[in-house]
Amino acid sequence: MKVLVPVKRAVDYNVKVRIKADQSGIDLANVKMSMNPFDEIAVEEAVRLKEKGKAEEVLVVSIGPKEAAETLRTALAMGADRALLILTGEAVEPLAVAKLLKGVCLEEQPGLVIAGKQAIDKDAGQAGQMLAALMGWAQGTFAHALDVEGDAAIVEREVDGGLQRLQLRLPAVITTDLRLNEPRYASLPNMMKARKKLVAEKTPADYGVDVRPRLKTISVKEPPRRAGGIKVGSVAELIDKLHEARVL
Amino acid sequence: MASLVLAEHNNSTLSEATARAVTAARHLGEPVHVLIAGSGCGGAADEAVLLQGVDTVVVADDPRYAHMLAEPVAMLILSLASGYASVLAPATANGKNILPRVAALLDVPQISDVTRILSPDHFERPAYAGSVIETVAAPDGKKVLTVRVSAFAPAPSGGAALMVSIPPAADPGLSEFLDETPALSGRPELSSAKIVVAGGRGLHTAENFHHLERIADKLGAAVGASRAAVDAGFAANACQIGQTGQSVAPDLYLALGISGAIQHLAGIKDAKVIVAINKDEEAPIFGIADYGLVADLFQALPELELALGK
Ligand SMILES: Cc1cc2nc3c(=O)[nH]c(=O)nc-3n(C[C@H](O)[C@H](O)[C@H](O)COP(=O)(O)OP(=O)(O)OC[C@H]3O[C@@H](n4cnc5c(N)ncnc54)[C@H](O)[C@@H]3O)c2cc1C
Repeated sequence: MKVLVPVKRAVDYNVKVRIKADQSGIDLANVKMSMNPFDEIAVEEAVRLKEKGKAEEVLVVSIGPKEAAETLRTALAMGADRALLILTGEAVEPLAVAKLLKGVCLEEQPGLVIAGKQAIDKDAGQAGQMLAALMGWAQGTFAHALDVEGDAAIVEREVDGGLQRLQLRLPAVITTDLRLNEPRYASLPNMMKARKKLVAEKTPADYGVDVRPRLKTISVKEPPRRAGGIKVGSVAELIDKLHEARVL
Repeated sequence: MASLVLAEHNNSTLSEATARAVTAARHLGEPVHVLIAGSGCGGAADEAVLLQGVDTVVVADDPRYAHMLAEPVAMLILSLASGYASVLAPATANGKNILPRVAALLDVPQISDVTRILSPDHFERPAYAGSVIETVAAPDGKKVLTVRVSAFAPAPSGGAALMVSIPPAADPGLSEFLDETPALSGRPELSSAKIVVAGGRGLHTAENFHHLERIADKLGAAVGASRAAVDAGFAANACQIGQTGQSVAPDLYLALGISGAIQHLAGIKDAKVIVAINKDEEAPIFGIADYGLVADLFQALPELELALGK
């Protein structure tokens, strides 16, 4: 079975983002970029499936600018076998991402797609479900545990009230939650090796997909800022204040 | 045309998330219909009929909807979609699971986690862990939205909607429910609780977390946790608050041994009063807390429990 993992180059989770002066978006100049943390979990899970002998090949795909090749190389250094970059300009919306990934799925016929549950820049959480819909496949979102047996996947999902287990017919799309695994570091020697590997390139036109945004961003602004309050000296004083504020 | 709200329920009762999504739908200015997809879901349907502002409750009662599996529920919504200008769901695990599937099948972009509806096609939503608020305009055509539950007040009871039953739609039979392990506690729901008591890695042990739970029970509060506390096994996944967990909007939020990372703060910005107890006076949480107490939790927790009485 082949496993496909889409990976996104996103603003690193430690970065405090700055809004452009004209409120048109985020200033990305000289900002540290990394693989979306949920996608790291997805790569790790795919590599583990391969190590367990349940997958033969792990193909990683990124949709983005030239620099996304670095993100793909990180995935190769973690143990992915092959990398494909679909070159695009600025932000591609989840529906267009799903359409491009559908093109890749039709070409590559993976048995399983493992995607992150959301990208930590746009926080949309849509691409995996949309791909499953376009392919007519089952989906197992917010995965906490995954097992593959024959032509089925058993996925344990994090839902609002606890955990839920589903059996999915393969091929299917899984999206990863935080506790699915702990991704390994891409070691320096492996990074060096990954540098020599080929990253195949395509364009949206190769898949006949129009990636022009359909949502229009009118403005991007800071949320109202909370002012810090006061410090109290003891638990007793705290309780008094909460009574005064009528929240106890 | 009307707006369709996918209800969140457990068949016998309606979740408050539904009443909140109804409020969001009302801002679109069209009649509001609520879809109850479930199995033996008459109880939930009866409750939905009473929500003010709801015109029609559409009930699809069939075993295939017993566990809200994404594939058959998306097909059901799709079979109804031609009659609606918008489809909404609360941004709960179910809404986030099902609605993108619907949007893709309708070939429209979804707008996730809407916090404000400015007009029928202009929406506000947070991005970058809540560091920014985007205003986006959706193209003409159907709108598919998930709405942040904590950002909208629940529609009150006292209405009298029409109820109609509909037959089930096709079931693609792609997935099967096996079982579930509820993390339930008998405590209020996080997303609608008036008081939330949340713990972080600073609690150090599961035993201390039980201490925190006793305090929550005294206050009739929901229990929340940081990601670090959940990863450490102190609390269930379902308790995680933040960018990638749940959002809360209580009157009072108690953050105990939580540092205040941006990913955590993303989930509590709508809390009215935030209290932080942390032994590190430099902890970022103090920068946003209304009341801060610099103290060691091993001392503060027992004092707090005592001060709150029986
Ligand atoms: C992709 C991604 C998604 C994430 N999503 C979330 C999310 O949804 N929610 C979330 O919460 N986090 C999330 N995080 C993690 C987040 O970045 C922080 O790591 C996390 O919130 C820290 O949790 P904490 O405050 O409990 O732990 P820490 O940061 O370790 O803080 C512990 C605090 O306890 C205090 N303390 C320790 N001992 C005591 C004592 N005896 N008495 C009093 N105080 C004490 C310390 O001073 C410290 O401030 C995410 C991270 C990533 C990368």
